[in-house]
Amino acid sequence: MPAVQETIDQVRLIDVDQYKYGFETEVEMEKAPKGLSEDVIRFISGKKGEPEWMLQWRLDAYKRWLTMNEPNWARVSYDKIDYNDIYYYAAPKMNPSPKSLDEVDPEILKTYEKLGIPLREQEILAGVEPQNRVAVDAVFDSVSVATTFKEELAKAGVIFMPISEAIREYPDLVRQYLGTVVPVTDNFFATLNSAVFTDGSFVYIPPGVRCPMELSTYFRINEKNTGQFERTLIIADKGSYVSYLEGCTAPKRDENQLHAAVVELIALDDAEIKYSTVQNWYPGDAEGRGGIYNFVTKRGDCRGKNSVITWTQVETGSAITWKYPSCILRGDNSRGEFYSIAVSNGKQQVDSGTKMIHLGKNTTSRIISKGIAAGKSENTYRGLVSAHRKATGARNFTNCDSLLIGNQCGAHTVPYIESKNATAVFEHEATTSKISEDQMFYCQQRGLSDEEATALIVNGFVKDVLQQLPMEFAVEAQKLISISLEGSVG
Amino acid sequence: MADVTLMKTPAETALVQAFESAKTALPGDGESRAQAFEHFAQQGLPHRRVEEFKYTDLRALLREVAPFAGTPSAEEAKAALAGAKALAGVDALQVPFVNGHFVRDAVDFHALPENVEIVPLAEALANGHDWLAKLSPVKWANDNPVYQLNTSFMADGVMIRIAGPVEAPVHLRFVTSATSAVATATRILVVVEEGASVTLLETHESTDGANHQPNDVVELIAGDRTNVQHVRVNAEGNKALALSTLAAKIGGEALFNSINVTAGAATSRHQVFAILDGENTNLRVNGTTMLKGTQHGDSTLVVEHAAPHCESRELFKTVIDNEATGVFQGKIIVPHHAQKTDGRMMSAALLLEEGGAMNNKPELEIFADDVQCAHGATCGQLDEDLLFYLMARGLPKKEAESLLVQAFLGEALEFVENEAVRESLVGTVEGWLKARA
Repeated sequence: MPAVQETIDQVRLIDVDQYKYGFETEVEMEKAPKGLSEDVIRFISGKKGEPEWMLQWRLDAYKRWLTMNEPNWARVSYDKIDYNDIYYYAAPKMNPSPKSLDEVDPEILKTYEKLGIPLREQEILAGVEPQNRVAVDAVFDSVSVATTFKEELAKAGVIFMPISEAIREYPDLVRQYLGTVVPVTDNFFATLNSAVFTDGSFVYIPPGVRCPMELSTYFRINEKNTGQFERTLIIADKGSYVSYLEGCTAPKRDENQLHAAVVELIALDDAEIKYSTVQNWYPGDAEGRGGIYNFVTKRGDCRGKNSVITWTQVETGSAITWKYPSCILRGDNSRGEFYSIAVSNGKQQVDSGTKMIHLGKNTTSRIISKGIAAGKSENTYRGLVSAHRKATGARNFTNCDSLLIGNQCGAHTVPYIESKNATAVFEHEATTSKISEDQMFYCQQRGLSDEEATALIVNGFVKDVLQQLPMEFAVEAQKLISISLEGSVG
Repeated sequence: MADVTLMKTPAETALVQAFESAKTALPGDGESRAQAFEHFAQQGLPHRRVEEFKYTDLRALLREVAPFAGTPSAEEAKAALAGAKALAGVDALQVPFVNGHFVRDAVDFHALPENVEIVPLAEALANGHDWLAKLSPVKWANDNPVYQLNTSFMADGVMIRIAGPVEAPVHLRFVTSATSAVATATRILVVVEEGASVTLLETHESTDGANHQPNDVVELIAGDRTNVQHVRVNAEGNKALALSTLAAKIGGEALFNSINVTAGAATSRHQVFAILDGENTNLRVNGTTMLKGTQHGDSTLVVEHAAPHCESRELFKTVIDNEATGVFQGKIIVPHHAQKTDGRMMSAALLLEEGGAMNNKPELEIFADDVQCAHGATCGQLDEDLLFYLMARGLPKKEAESLLVQAFLGEALEFVENEAVRESLVGTVEGWLKARA
C-alpha cells in the first residue's frame, strides 16, 4: 500500500527535522587557510603557542598520514571526503583565549545558554545542591572558550584545562602520556587528529584524590566547512576517581562536517575513570543530506592493577558514526565496562562497538550494547573481546541487543571473540527482535498512544544502560530517546 | 597502499602454472573454469586481511602446492577402499572416490536403489549433460576463493538425483591414498526432487604423513517438502590441508539437517553456504570439532533466510587440546522480506590446555523487523566444579575430563537421526578422547 508508506515517510520527515540544536551562531571567526599542509599545521601549532616537540610530533603524524588509506571495513558508505576542502582551524576572532567569562563574546555565551550548558559558576550554585555541580570545559570549533571551577578543582590538586593550555603549562605530564594509548600511527583518523588536533580537555587526578565534582566538556561545531579535531587526555593517578561527561551538538547544514577526535584514558593502580558521552551531533535530514561524520578513536588503558574504566554512551546524532571506545586491560584485576545505546533514524549509519583486550591476570569486562534502528538507518554493533596468552582468569560477558522499527532499516552484529588462554571465560549473547506486540497492546490498553508506548518500551529496553549514566545525563538521555523515536512507529 | 600489486607467492605461481598445464586436459567447458580461475587469480590466495579468512590465512598456510592426483588403477582403488574405515559399519549405498576420482567399478549402475540416479561428473563434463546447468546454486559460494579453485580444477565427481524417498543412506566415500602429497578437486551435485528424502553420508580419509590438499565441494538443491539428512566426517591424514564447501539451496516446507565432524587434517576449513529459498523450512547445521597438537580447524557458515517463516539452528562445538586453534565464523542474513524468521546460532568452545586458541565470530545481518535472531558464543575451560564432583566420586582426572567433553560434544551429535551413524560418531569422539588419555 504505497499511500500508507508515504504517510510513514511523512512522519519520519518530521522526526529528523526535530533536531533542536541546529541553530547557528554569528561570530566573526579567524580561520587557518583552507586545506591541509605542513604550513597549516605550523599555523595551528603557532596559534596554540606550542613547544617545538609538539610541532614535530604533529608534523611526523602528518607525514605518516599521507601514506595511509581511509579505512573501508566499516558498514558505512559515504562520498569521498576531500581533506583539502576543510578548514582545520576556526576560532572566534574577538578573543581566542579569554581569561574570564567577561572576555568571551556574548554571542557565544548565548549559544551555550541556548544549549543549556551552565558556564557561570554562580548560576550552577544557585538552585542546585552543591554535590551536583559540574565543571565544564566549553569547546567552540577549534578552541576552548571557557573552563569553569578551575580554581576549586586546583585546590584538590585536580588539573582540568584545555589541552592546548596543558601543553604549555604541564608539558612533561602531557608528553609522558600523550599518544601512549592511541599511538600516532594507530589508524587513519587518529593519525589525522594527531597532526591537526586543536582543542579538547586535559584532566589529571593526583594519587588518592576523588574528584570533587563531575567534569564535562561540551563540544560545539559552529563554523561552516570546518572539521573538529579535539583531543582529550585523562589521567587518573593511583587510587583516584573521576567521572567525566561529554556532550556535543552542531548546526543544521546541508554539508557534511568531519569530526575526528581522539580520547585517551589512563588509569593507574586502583584508579577509576567513568567516561560518559551523549552524542547528539546533527544527524542530517531525512534524505541523508548533511550531518556530521563522527569518526572517533576512544581508548582507555587500565594500566595499573585493580583499575577500572567505564564507557557509557548514548548515541543519537551524526550522519555516520564510526566509534569503538575500548579498554586495554593491562593491569592485573583491572576491569573494563562498556554500556551503549545507539539510536539511528532517517538515513543515519552507525558502526559502533567496543574492544576489550585482556592482557593482565583476572581481568574482567562487561559489554552491554543496545542498538535501535528506525527509518532507513543502518545500525551495526562491532566488537572485539580478546584474551592474550597471559590473561589467566580473564572473564567477559557481552550482551548486545538490536531493535528494528520498520522494515527499511538494518541491524547488524559483528562480534569477534578471540581467546588464547584456556582459563579465560567468555560469554556472548545477542538478540534481534521487534517490539513485542503484547507489550504494545498492554501499553495501548492503558491509554498510551502508539508513540508513547514505543518510547516507554524502548526506555525499558535500554534501562540497563541508562542506569550507568550520571543523574543529569540520564534525564537528558531519556529525552533524547523519545525524540529520536517519535514518528518512527511503522 | 591500495594500488600495490602484491608479489605472487610461490604457491600462487604454482597454481597458475598448474592451471595452465591442466586446463586442456580437464574435462568439459574450459571457459567457466578459466573464468573461475581468473577471479581467483585476481585476488590470489586469501590472507588475514581478507575478512572471511581473517583467522585462516591460506596464503601463509599453503606454502607448496601438491600436484593434482591422477586416476588410480583398478587395483590401487580397490586396495585404497579396502583400508577405508570411516562409518565402515553403516549399511549404505557406496559411492567411492579414490584420489579425487570416481571409482565407477564399485557402483552397480544396473542395481541402484529406487529413486536414485547417478551420473559420473567427468563424463558429463566431457559430453555435456542437462544437469550441469544446476551447478553453482548458491551465490554466496561463487565469490569464495576456495570454491573458485574447485571450479577451476574439478576433475571428477558425481551428480546424483533423488527422485523420491530413499531408504538406505548414500555414502560418498573419499579416500586419498598416496605416499607423497597430492591435491584433489571433486565436485558433487545432489538434486533432491520435490517431496523426496535421503540421508547423505560423506567421509574423507587420507594417508598420514603426506601433505595432501583435498578441495571438495558438495552442492545440494533440495526441492519443496524434502527431507535431507547430511553427515560429513573429516578423518583426513595428520598432515593434510583440507578445504571443503557445502553449498545448499533448500525449498519450502523442507527439512535439512547437516553435521560436520572434524578430527583430522593439520589444517581444515569447512564452509557452509545455505539459502533457505521457500517458506516454513527448517534448517539445522551443526559442527563437532576435535583438535589437538597444532591442528587448525575452521568452520565457516553463511545462512541466508531468503524466504519468510523459516527456522534455522546452528550449533558448533569445538574442543581444543594442546596448542591447537579453533575458528568459528557464522553469519545469518535476513533480508527485508524474510519476516517471522527465527534464527539461532551458537558456538561453544572448550580449551583443555594452556596454549590453545579459539576465535569466534558469530555475525547477524538483519533487515527485517519482525524476526527473532540470536547468536551466542562461549569460550572457556572445563567447569572445575563439575570436574571436582566427578573426581570426588573416584574418577581419575583424565576420565572425568573425557566424560565432560563427551557430554559437551554430544549435544551437537544428538541431532543425527540415523542411529548407526550417530553411534559411529560417538565412537569417533570416544576414540579421540582415548588417544588423549
